[in-house]
Amino acid sequence: MAKTIQEINEKIRQGKAVVYTAEEIIGVVKEKGLKKAATLVDVVTTGTFGPMCSSGAYFNVGHANPRIKMGGGTVTVNDVPAYAGFAAVDLMVGANALPEDDPRNKVFPGKFSYGGAHVIEDLVAGKDVRLKASAYGTDCYPRKNLDTWIRLEDLNEAALFNMRNAYQNYNVAVNLSDRVIYTYMGVLQPKMRNANYCTAGQLSPLLNDPLYRTIGIGTRIFLGGGQGYVVSHGTQHNPGVPRTEQGVPTRPAGTLTVWGDLKKMSPRWLRGASFRGYGVTLTVGVGVPIPILDEQILRFTSVSDKEIIGPVVDYGEAYPNCKPQVLAEVTVAQLKSGEITVDGQKVVTAGLSSYARAREIALTLKNWIEEGAFLLSEPLAPLPGPDSGYVFKPLNLRPWEPVKEAV
Amino acid sequence: MSDEKVVLNFPPQIIDQPIIYRLIKERGLVVNILQARISPNEWGRMVVEIGGNEAQLDAATKFLKELGVRVESLAGEVRWLEDRCNQCTACISACPTHALVINRAGMTVTFDKEKCIACELCLSTCPYQALEILFE
Repeated sequence: MAKTIQEINEKIRQGKAVVYTAEEIIGVVKEKGLKKAATLVDVVTTGTFGPMCSSGAYFNVGHANPRIKMGGGTVTVNDVPAYAGFAAVDLMVGANALPEDDPRNKVFPGKFSYGGAHVIEDLVAGKDVRLKASAYGTDCYPRKNLDTWIRLEDLNEAALFNMRNAYQNYNVAVNLSDRVIYTYMGVLQPKMRNANYCTAGQLSPLLNDPLYRTIGIGTRIFLGGGQGYVVSHGTQHNPGVPRTEQGVPTRPAGTLTVWGDLKKMSPRWLRGASFRGYGVTLTVGVGVPIPILDEQILRFTSVSDKEIIGPVVDYGEAYPNCKPQVLAEVTVAQLKSGEITVDGQKVVTAGLSSYARAREIALTLKNWIEEGAFLLSEPLAPLPGPDSGYVFKPLNLRPWEPVKEAV
Repeated sequence: MSDEKVVLNFPPQIIDQPIIYRLIKERGLVVNILQARISPNEWGRMVVEIGGNEAQLDAATKFLKELGVRVESLAGEVRWLEDRCNQCTACISACPTHALVINRAGMTVTFDKEKCIACELCLSTCPYQALEILFE
């Protein structure tokens, strides 16, 4: 009974598509059985809203009079350094960029209350931000200094470009050392007093299409409150990790590079996040629709929290020193109960990725599709799959050494 | 006889001294430890309720300050800013009195001000500045 995306889009245009979220579908499959549900259901929507570090935005601010060449110069936006290695007025702001000499970060652990991600959030919220640039000046771009307010609607292009989003599964972080540590997984108390996890679990986009059968280059998605696209697999994509019999990876696996028009996004779905003692990152809302083309795809989307397994990793000593030990494997259901047991010790848990917001994204995407406002796209090329041999490698340290001269 | 809630911050060099013992034994105060976090080589922090007459409380404050302990009255109020909250639930595991709790069905956060002892542990866990403490 294989369906095609074209057939599904036709139903969407007619307002007849049958859509469920990845949470609702669990009950639907249980009630109707896989075969019947696969004939009935057209699309399953997924969602996630969590910190996604490798995110950024690029824009073209337009030319000043006289012109300035910011490319190759020094640029800040609200005192946060922007990357100016492109053409004259093309800039990029990275989520993790920090103001130089920010007094809030000078004393350990540091608050990191404002960085690139907050600049992006402020722009999307329609606020004025201060652009300062100094350039070396050329004949065609004689201006050497610029200090002006800018806002999103005045920019030419403004795009969200995130080279690593929607991590498929992630570590459960604990701290075995005897002092408090401050990490990208939050504040971790000593002697494994708490465990933090970061996953949307049964709502997560890539965990609902674990072998990347439907998500590929060009897949249209919910991004930051607007529509965006999957551009390719993301950095650190690692499809070859161990998986359960249902194909769900038990270690951090696939990632996505995504793009979208920043002007159509909303600050509800793009939030600057400050991690004490660690830094700044962008919390991004991503939602991916999964076309139910056959029974296998539907089976994957009916995955539930108790079938998704995360590895418990020590961030006190093991993680910083690249030691691969996994202390335990726990299910997302166990994590969400508030407590897990590791080596006989009860550990209280907390999440970093908002399940409540992920649910809202999946429901929003479902509404867009039901109303005919969102059509599915045919992927142009697949992401590297579990059997592709694609691997996430560590850095092979080859330190620079001075050349010894022959005497 | 009055009870005062105070926050005591101990510099790392004196965390091995039996200061609370001396408050009780030598100064005759009734001390109830509500919350304590002492780790080697770090500032220690305690939220205590101290009972005694005004003279005793004044003398106690002087004694503590002479030792280098920072004494702050717990007149602070923790505020949860619902419109800034992303419902990520990172704060839940930090709250010792369950003032911050999670509704497991909706995976949403709620804050019960009555249970809050302003220990400030949640503040460092919130990435979105949805928790703040205001001092009188």
